[in-house]
Amino acid sequence: MNFFKRTIPLLIAFVMGVLMAMQYYVPHKLSQDLLEIVTRWDRIIAGFAVFIGAYSLFHLHWTRIKRRVEGWGYSVFVYFGAIITLIFGLINGGKFFWNDKQDGTMFDWFYYYIQVPAGATIFSILAFFIASAAYRTFRARTRESTVLLIAAILVMLGRVPIGNYISQYIPAVADWIMAVPNLAAKRGILLGVSLGAIATSLKIIFGIERSYLGGGD
Amino acid sequence: MLLLLFPCFISFAQQLPAFLIPPTEFKAFDTPNDAGETVSLTWTTSPSDAPDVFYIIYIDKDKNGTFEKEAIRIKSNTSYRTSVPEIYGYKKGNGDYHYVQINPRKVFNGEALDKRQVYYFKLAMVAGDNKIILDTIAPASPRANWLHTKKINNFVIMIILSAIILYFIVHARRNPDVFLRKIGGLDAVDEALGRATEMGKPVLFVHGLTGMGSISTIAATSILGRIARKIADYDANLKVVNNDPIVMSVSQEVVKESYLEAGRPDAYNPDNVFLVASEQFPYVAAVSGIMTREKPAANFFVGYFYAEALILAETGATTGAIQIAGTDAYTQLPFFITTCDYTLIGEELYAASAYLSREPMLMGTLRAQDVGKGFLIIVLLLGTILASFGFEYITHLFDAF
Repeated sequence: MNFFKRTIPLLIAFVMGVLMAMQYYVPHKLSQDLLEIVTRWDRIIAGFAVFIGAYSLFHLHWTRIKRRVEGWGYSVFVYFGAIITLIFGLINGGKFFWNDKQDGTMFDWFYYYIQVPAGATIFSILAFFIASAAYRTFRARTRESTVLLIAAILVMLGRVPIGNYISQYIPAVADWIMAVPNLAAKRGILLGVSLGAIATSLKIIFGIERSYLGGGD
Repeated sequence: MLLLLFPCFISFAQQLPAFLIPPTEFKAFDTPNDAGETVSLTWTTSPSDAPDVFYIIYIDKDKNGTFEKEAIRIKSNTSYRTSVPEIYGYKKGNGDYHYVQINPRKVFNGEALDKRQVYYFKLAMVAGDNKIILDTIAPASPRANWLHTKKINNFVIMIILSAIILYFIVHARRNPDVFLRKIGGLDAVDEALGRATEMGKPVLFVHGLTGMGSISTIAATSILGRIARKIADYDANLKVVNNDPIVMSVSQEVVKESYLEAGRPDAYNPDNVFLVASEQFPYVAAVSGIMTREKPAANFFVGYFYAEALILAETGATTGAIQIAGTDAYTQLPFFITTCDYTLIGEELYAASAYLSREPMLMGTLRAQDVGKGFLIIVLLLGTILASFGFEYITHLFDAF
C-alpha cells in the first residue's frame, strides 16, 4: 500500500520534475511536443476534477439545507442558479448541447447580466476596503507608519494633477519613491521568492518535502 | 498654386528615391536554438531605406528555380538585428543590418517537405515601380537544436543553486542544529489554534487562487498539513475553503493524513474541506459569508492571491479573528500586512513547512537559501559597480532568453 501511496507518486514527481526542468533547455520539436502533451494531460485531469468539485459543492449545500444551518436559504439559491444555468446551457438556444455553443442565448444572458455585474459589484467594494485599511495603516503611531504615511501622501499627490499644482517636485518625488525604494523592495522580495521556489521544487523533486502527499513525512 | 503643391513634391521626392542602392551581405542560415522550423536571413541596410521602400524575400526549393513565391515583405526601415540579441548580442553595429525569420513550411502551406530540404532565398528591393533583385542566392535548411545555448547561463546558475541546496540538505543530516531566525507569523500559529480551541470556534484555512501547478499552492498545502496536525492534537475544528477542485482533493488527503498521523482519524470530516466557488469574486462572496456567519477564531490566508486578498482579510478583521497570511504575491503583501495580525512575506511562505516541522533536512534548505541570497547579493554588488564604470558584460551574462 505504501508503495502505491508513497513510492509511485514520489517516483512520478522525480521523473516528471527532472524531465520538465530539462525540457526548458531543449528547444527541439520533441521537447516542445512533450510540453504540449503534458499540458494537455493537465487540462484533461483538470476537466475530470471539475466533477469532484461540483460534487463537493452540491454535497456541502445539500447538507446545509438538510440541517437547516444558519443561512441555508443561500444554499437553495446555489441549487436554483446551478439548475437554471445547466438547463439553459443544455438547451443551447434551441440547438441543444450536442451542437456548437450558440451566441446570444439565455445562458449568455445569465452570464453577462447576472454573473459579470455581481462580480463587478464585489470588486467595487474593494475601493471602500482600501479606504478603511489605509485609515488603519496610516495612523501615525510609530516611526515606520509615519514614514509610510508621508510616502503614501506624496505618491497619491504625485499621481493626480493637484500634486503638480502644489509643487512641480511632488510628481518627481512620487516617481522616485516608486522607481527606487519601492522597486528595490519589490526585487528583494522577488529574489527571495525565486530562491524559495527553487528550493521547494528541489525538495519536491528529491522527495524531501512530502507533506503535499498527505501526512508529515 | 505651384507654391501650394511644392511641399507635396518635396515629401514625394523624399519617400521614393529616384534610384535604389542595393544592400549587400545577404545571407541565410538555420535559426539557432529553435525547434527546427525557421531560417534566419540578414543583409546590410541601404542608404535607400525609407518607409515607402520595401524588401521582398523570394523562396524556392530549387537553386535554379523561378523564385516567384514571396516569403516575406517588410518595410525597409524596420526589422534589424537589434531585435534578436539572443543571436547577435548587443553589438553597436547591429542596427546596420536587417534581420528576418521565415518559416518555410508555412510559406509552402504545410506541404510535406523533407526534413533535410534546403531552401533558397533571393532578396529584392522595391520602391513604387522601381524594383531591383539581388543576384545572390542564399541557401539554408532549418535544423532542430537539442540545447538552447543562450540558456546555458540559466542552467549553470540552476546547477550551482541546486548543488548549494543539496549540500546543505546533506549537511543538515549530520549537523541538525541549524539556527533559524524567529518568524512571528509562524510562532503565532500555536497561539491562534489555542485561541480557537478555547473559544470552541473553527479555524478557517483559505487557499489562494492558483492551482496545484503553482509552487505557492504546494507550499500552502504543506503548511496546511502542519496546521491540520496541530489542530488534530488540539481537537479543534478546521475548515478549508478551496476554489480549485484539484487543490481541494489534495487538501482533503493532506488533512486526512494529518489527522491519521495524530492518531485521531475519527475526528476528520471530509465535508470540512470543500469547494466554494471556482471564480474569483464568487469565491470572495462565499468565503466572506462563511467568515461573517461562522466567525472563525483564526483565519489563515495562504497561497497566491489577487484582488480578493484585501476583501477577504478585511472581512476577517471585522469578525475579530486572529489572522495569519502568507503569500508570495508582492502586490497583495501591503494589504495583508495592513489587515492581518501576522504576515509571511515572500520566501517565509516557503520556509514555513521547515519552520513548523523543525525537520533537519528541510531546515537545511533554509540555510541554502540564505547562502544563495548571499551569492546573489555579491553578483548584484559586482554588477552595479561594473555597470557604474561602463562595463555591462556582467549584466548581459545573466540575460534570459
